[in-house]
Amino acid sequence: MTPFDYARARSEQDAVARVKDAGTKYLGAGTNLVDLMREGVEVPSRLVDVTRLSSRIEPTDGGGLLIGAAASNTAVAEDAAVRARYPALARAILSGASAQIRNMATVGGNILQRTRCTYFLDVEGARCNKRQPGQGCDALEGFNRGHGVLGVSPACIATHPSDMCVALAAFDAVVHIAGANGRRHVPLVDLHRLPGDTPHLETVLELGELITAVELPSQTITARSTYRKVRDRASYAFALVSVAAALEVAEGRIADVRIALGGVAPKPWRAREAEATLIGAVPGQSAFVAAAELALAGARTRPGNAFKPELARRTIVAVLSDLAGAGQ
Amino acid sequence: MTMRTKDHHMPFVSSPFVTRRDVLVGSAATAAGLFLAEPGLATSLPNAPARSGLGTAYPRRDGPLKVRGAARFAAEHRFPGMVYGALVFSTIARGTIRRIETEAARAASGVVLVMTHENMPRLAPPEPFYASPTGMAGSAIPVMQDASVHWNGQPVAVILASTQEEADHAARLVRVDYEVAEAVTRFDDAAVGAPVAFYAGRDLQYRDGDAEAALAEAEASVDLEFSTPQQNHNQIELHAVTVAWQGGVLRMHDCTQGVDLSAITIAKVFGLDPSQVHLTAEFVGGGFGGKTLWQYHILAAAAARLAGRPVRMTLTREGVYRICGGRAPTRQRVALGARLDGRLTALIHTGTTMKIAQNSMTEPFMEAAEHMYRTDTMHLEIRAGVRDMLANTFMRAPGAAVGTFPLEVALDALAERLAIDPIELRIRNEPEVDPTTGKAFSQRALVGALREGAHRFGWQPRSGERLGRREGEWLVGTGMAAAYYPYKRFPGGAARITLGQDGRAVVELAVHDMGMGTGTATAAVAADRLGLPYEDIEIRYGDNRLPGNMIAAGSQQMAAIGAALTAARDALVAELAALVPAGAALHGRPAEALTTRDGALVLASDPATRMPLADLLARAERREVSAEAAAPPPSEAKEWSMHSTGAVFAEVRVNAVTGELRVSRITGVYDCGRILNSTLAASQFRSGIVMALGMALMENTLFDERSGRIANPSLAAYYIPAHLDAPEIDVAWTGIPDPEAPSGARGIGEISMTGVAASVANAVYDATGKRIHDLPITLDKLL
Amino acid sequence: MTITINGQPYDLPTDARVSLLDFMRERLDLFGTKKGCNQGACGACTVLIDGERVLACLALAAQYDGRSVTTIEGLADGEDLHPLQALFVKHDGLQCGYCTPGQIMSAIALSNEFSRGAPSSVTTDLDVPATPNREEIRERMSGNLCRCGAHNGMIEAITSYLSEHS
Repeated sequence: MTPFDYARARSEQDAVARVKDAGTKYLGAGTNLVDLMREGVEVPSRLVDVTRLSSRIEPTDGGGLLIGAAASNTAVAEDAAVRARYPALARAILSGASAQIRNMATVGGNILQRTRCTYFLDVEGARCNKRQPGQGCDALEGFNRGHGVLGVSPACIATHPSDMCVALAAFDAVVHIAGANGRRHVPLVDLHRLPGDTPHLETVLELGELITAVELPSQTITARSTYRKVRDRASYAFALVSVAAALEVAEGRIADVRIALGGVAPKPWRAREAEATLIGAVPGQSAFVAAAELALAGARTRPGNAFKPELARRTIVAVLSDLAGAGQ
Repeated sequence: MTMRTKDHHMPFVSSPFVTRRDVLVGSAATAAGLFLAEPGLATSLPNAPARSGLGTAYPRRDGPLKVRGAARFAAEHRFPGMVYGALVFSTIARGTIRRIETEAARAASGVVLVMTHENMPRLAPPEPFYASPTGMAGSAIPVMQDASVHWNGQPVAVILASTQEEADHAARLVRVDYEVAEAVTRFDDAAVGAPVAFYAGRDLQYRDGDAEAALAEAEASVDLEFSTPQQNHNQIELHAVTVAWQGGVLRMHDCTQGVDLSAITIAKVFGLDPSQVHLTAEFVGGGFGGKTLWQYHILAAAAARLAGRPVRMTLTREGVYRICGGRAPTRQRVALGARLDGRLTALIHTGTTMKIAQNSMTEPFMEAAEHMYRTDTMHLEIRAGVRDMLANTFMRAPGAAVGTFPLEVALDALAERLAIDPIELRIRNEPEVDPTTGKAFSQRALVGALREGAHRFGWQPRSGERLGRREGEWLVGTGMAAAYYPYKRFPGGAARITLGQDGRAVVELAVHDMGMGTGTATAAVAADRLGLPYEDIEIRYGDNRLPGNMIAAGSQQMAAIGAALTAARDALVAELAALVPAGAALHGRPAEALTTRDGALVLASDPATRMPLADLLARAERREVSAEAAAPPPSEAKEWSMHSTGAVFAEVRVNAVTGELRVSRITGVYDCGRILNSTLAASQFRSGIVMALGMALMENTLFDERSGRIANPSLAAYYIPAHLDAPEIDVAWTGIPDPEAPSGARGIGEISMTGVAASVANAVYDATGKRIHDLPITLDKLL
Repeated sequence: MTITINGQPYDLPTDARVSLLDFMRERLDLFGTKKGCNQGACGACTVLIDGERVLACLALAAQYDGRSVTTIEGLADGEDLHPLQALFVKHDGLQCGYCTPGQIMSAIALSNEFSRGAPSSVTTDLDVPATPNREEIRERMSGNLCRCGAHNGMIEAITSYLSEHS
């Protein structure tokens, strides 16, 4: 690890003011960043510790929830309001990593964690366009079982590894951001960029911008939600495919639905077309299968991950069927 | 040649904390009349463990120390002035270092030394396994002696610095410019023209009759292709060494499965007398075949000498993957021909594996086929292709772990084709004598293990049909397989026993405990040999200056210990005999007529004629008496066919939606001779089963054939079973002593790694109708 | 900048790169907390910080200024093992002993998590406090890898502990 300066931010303004250049990084609990620094992927000259900024989970005026970016993943998953009104979020978090990591990891850090593509992590021995633009991608013709099938590009097929973000995407979460030029709000689904030919640019955050909170809007559908994660080990493993979904049925028709996917894309993936096709439909196998087909219609696979579209389709159908069954 | 009567009538001894599974037991099996052919066997109840003596469930002696975190491992000792080491690894599979830039590293804060091939002391290459009786290295490649690169990941520079942080940082500053040479890194390329492997003193090839012709003419047959991937041991303890040159002595705190062989091999590398290397490894954080001698040991010692400073070298997890080898990949064919009654007419087990040019380790996956089943004809053959890669090495149950997978899956497929229950098929092919050597079995109760396993598991006999059922989203199936591992005892066993006037004995021997409970089991064997209370035995081990050079490998360590303790006990009795005072009843008796029992020297033929040891030493005015002896050469395995066998039963659940596979229930019954400590044995059996579940379900070292580089050198990317993957595991054993094995025990460390993957694959077939021939059985194969 | 470890205050290292794990092992000779991967993938370095289990390998020591750490060395009461330590021995929930301290610290925290009704990913109903059955315990212990396969004994020990101490 290259030597760096360490400073603890006393406030959001203090944190933002401490960022002078691209060599400065915000430090959450370090569950991803510290590892990336050891691997030589991240080489910051200065870390600004933001773990002692707001970690409050509080109701908003609109009836939603505002979660401080420094809240631990555990705190969010255990929060009574989250469990009752946003169960998919609690389940998504609980399915991720281990209890120890969830106790440490912050909400802001979870959102900004980077891909676990093993070629991305091998600084000396592998090529990676995300790590070094223009270098080439060893995953395209290499081991890509864990890699993405939606939103990928010829430059990069890495996935965003978060579980939490998949549920946040389904719930229209809004990311609160503070920067030198003031504050702004960005929908979570618009925070991460698709790789295109610039896979090293992962979010829309500008230099020095800090995620301060995540806001969950108040929506009745979120209470009827769940999260299902499919993986190679029963626990403590990244998703091959995950689905966060919510379903609201009124008078025998689907009144509202949310479908977001994890493990298949460079960002938390909201399947809006699939959702649109379900609105007004009679909940059931045929509608769910059609929606799942639509969700994966744009899939581009490599030999190692060719199974993912089918796995994702099946998982979507199963999750929606469960929700439909539970709602009756 | 006399045929020893196989004893099937010994009661089964169960692990004391296994709850006997009552569900389903007996009913279906009894109705089929299959499993009660031998009265008294299948209905035997678990015996209470003996209160003392061999088999007693003594708790692990070092347990309290370990649960306190007070056991000190290799990286947890400190020398004054110690510095920290870090390694730089090559990024090409083959070639030459054209230029290595170390200026920035040398100038970095805290750096004490940067060592490359340019300033590395000139040393002899290490002796690998089989190159000599004491070879302990993974490969014969010289360590940083020139600019050549032999594999992707080879150490090319060593940094020493005041702190680990400084050393790690400086390692990132080294720049290497390579002249890349063409490398063979693809399995398919290396397999072309690969020769029959020579391993452990023989060609891995056996032919009896024309197996292909017999297969073609067979009334029923199966002919299947399989593959198993590269795997890594992943001991949770990172490989590490703390080393200091003290005067003329190289002092090493190591984690090794062979303190003596490591010390001897290192001594040869540095041109030292073995007495100039003092190597200890009191605690080893998991071994499984991988805690042997690797380049980091030699690099750490050389750097320490060059810098004049003691060194701690702890590999990173990536470093372990880069320089400590794992199990080689295999591609195997098993073809079986049979008569309609199930008797085998042809058994073909052939295939290809990978090795490097500078080692002699070929994954001997045909060994189970050599000794498990009778057949009219047989063809076994292993070819080994040479790749430019990190040396492959021994990993728990080498050969048998990956060899029983295709063999036992093929038998399952054949049983289905013949509409014969898979247990019955194995029983019908139980050999009278060893199928390839013709020797008599020293002891073998596979049939008993199969029947007991079926009983415990509640096996439903089947005749060609699948019995899998559906529970909601889950497809549930059951499967079974046989387990196999050979008996081994290597030369080099020795021990010293020192008996004190207080009646306590200290037993010293250069053995190892990587978690097996060696000290605990050895104390029980020593108590048995000496006729002393277990509590009065102290065991010292993990130090190359103690007697013997016994490696903890091949499940042979307890056999070596048993033979060594018998020899040392006899030598001690001879010493004691010489001390018997005139006038005592034992005076003048030849040592051979005497033994020790209940704290006394006794006449073997009449134990009432005795003299308490305390009296004997007091009368001789001796505070202690000590004797050291070497075990006799291991001739038993030459005279007899000695193997352990077992039966494994698995229940799996396959998710019909996602293909996710979970193992919900598993039973293993093992025939390994006498069990020396029921608690430790149960743990050992479960241990191998869990690791084998990893092999079955998830383990896969991703060797990138384009670069020869391992792509997942991390516990985050190489999955091993987590708690949620490990079901409650039911284990039992026949416990029938092997009359030819020291202590009657054949060794238990590895057999439970075998058969499990096949039992899981067979259960998956029962659940889904899909035969998976390629490990690991991941969900994409079941969608 | 100080940190309290097992009740003892220590000055934090000046090098910000030093992890809590390396600080304890290499600066304080507290070797009970183990290094198995140094990247948050094995759980061998599990310690409690203010009662919650975390991974010391991923924790930069500087971040924990003013916090209180409990390690395996802080568990036993002098000669007397903590009841959970004793149960690990009784049920042979260990082999090589290397992952053991992390497993035990993790299980201590797990006990507290059950007490406050924390759910896990295998909890069926998020609104009802989870019952400490074997599946729940296994899931919650899954962040602590064991390569020796001592899982059954550990789960047995933890189950006994929870039934006796909750």
